[in-house]
Amino acid sequence: MTPLLQVNDIAKFYGSHVGCKGVSFDLFPGEVMGIVGESGSGKSTLLSCLAGHLEPDEGQVQFDTRADGLKDTIKMSEPERRMLGRTDWAFVHQHARDGLRMNISAGGNVGERLMAVGERHYGDIRAKAVDWLDRVEISEDRVDDRPTTFSGGMQQRLQIARNLVTGPRLVFMDEPTGGLDVSVQARLLDLLRNLVREMGLSAIIVTHDLAVVRLLADRLMVMKGGHVVEAGLTDQVLDDPQHAYTQLLVSSVLQV
Amino acid sequence: MSDYNFAYLDEQTKRMIRRAILKGLAIPGYQVPFASREMPMPYGWGTGGVQVSAATLTPDDTLKVIDQGADDTTNAVSIRKFFEVTAGVATTEDTTQASIIQTRHRIPEADLREDQILVYQVPIPEPLRFLEPRETETRKMHSLEEYGLMHVKLYEDISQHGAIATSYAYPVKVEGRYVMDPSPIPKFDNPKLEMAAIQLFGAGREQRIYALPPYTKVVSLDFEDYPFVATKADHVCDMCDASDSYLDEVILDDQGNRMFVCSDTDYCTGRQQAGHVGALGTTNAEDAA
Repeated sequence: MTPLLQVNDIAKFYGSHVGCKGVSFDLFPGEVMGIVGESGSGKSTLLSCLAGHLEPDEGQVQFDTRADGLKDTIKMSEPERRMLGRTDWAFVHQHARDGLRMNISAGGNVGERLMAVGERHYGDIRAKAVDWLDRVEISEDRVDDRPTTFSGGMQQRLQIARNLVTGPRLVFMDEPTGGLDVSVQARLLDLLRNLVREMGLSAIIVTHDLAVVRLLADRLMVMKGGHVVEAGLTDQVLDDPQHAYTQLLVSSVLQV
Repeated sequence: MSDYNFAYLDEQTKRMIRRAILKGLAIPGYQVPFASREMPMPYGWGTGGVQVSAATLTPDDTLKVIDQGADDTTNAVSIRKFFEVTAGVATTEDTTQASIIQTRHRIPEADLREDQILVYQVPIPEPLRFLEPRETETRKMHSLEEYGLMHVKLYEDISQHGAIATSYAYPVKVEGRYVMDPSPIPKFDNPKLEMAAIQLFGAGREQRIYALPPYTKVVSLDFEDYPFVATKADHVCDMCDASDSYLDEVILDDQGNRMFVCSDTDYCTGRQQAGHVGALGTTNAEDAA
């Protein structure tokens, strides 16, 4: 089976400071990979390198494109990479404001990706937008409201709808539940889990919240100081942590 | 003549602007940056159009200047005077006699010919500006032909107003490549953008020049189920009875009385001289007498 994403020895330096170094892994179709670690451990840098927002200094990121099979996304031309970003990839930002157009209605936000890939029928675009709002539990009568009038949780769900409308195969998520209160978090996680299973999505989720990866991720990578210190099946890593840092991380989760 | 260099600008500046114009003509719809000069008039009064006109004028040219279709508004009068003084060229109000027409926000009603040049004054040349504020990003979108965002604006129009409510500065796609802002002309004029004359667009403050060669294919953006419609006020001209021209609405008093007149004064006058009389035409003539 070909992996959907093959990451080979990725490194990114900020001057002499190490962003991330020596990261390699394969991601298979339908698999959800969690990346956890403390602030400054390089997990967001790694995600940006994978999603093409940052150019890594070393290594390859091979993506299984529909047309040509495995292809290095770092070496491919910018139009090609941006095309991937609109079709096969999706990026869910931590702050919904970064991923949404705040002065455009919810329907327009969802429709933008459709129009970007050439959809030119207003009725169809709108029907798809309404359908997707419904799937992320936003009622149809809010379709013409701007995201500024939405609550934080709704904005995040809208961002997810906007990203998934073109049927991507790989979703990058940067702390998708950060900044939301616990009950809203739970609902969002539930929604994400259903969507991921239903659509057979592959996802890479960066978070510092162990509960999120426990619920969503099949596999887990633990990062510290720009290096991967431990990797394995989620339950295995969380139940039987081997590395000292992972043990610390698991034991610092608050028990209610 | 006068102590001015011909058409105010120095020769090197005119060469620089001509180079930008030629590049613009070679890549229809592409915004060519140029080193816009300070002109003796404020930004927003047509500094870009004036510089383009100055670079295209020759002593044999006949210049016509219109503002919203009219020859007799402040902007048009002052620019016409400016070139009378600094270039000493002949000026006219007759569209057919002019070889260069500088315009603000209208295309003349009369069909232009191949030996004419139409110069537009452009306030904001970037059609994507209000959707994407970053210049670096809009340039990238133009170079990679990523124009989905332009349709988002039209989508928003339909979702809010039930129809494409954009009525001026309606975005067009040039030769299937660049999306272009046709300057704030009413969308009634959009079909006329495919014409025999050369069209040059100058934006002074934004320092951009772009152009449409004769007979360039210009398509107004739209949706399959909401096609582009060129609209005008549903009236005939009250002065000259024209039903095919773009009309201005003029409020007459506080009782709600109003009249519609052609915004193109030359066209309207020509029709009145040819004997066409609108609903309010004769009374006004008597008033004047």
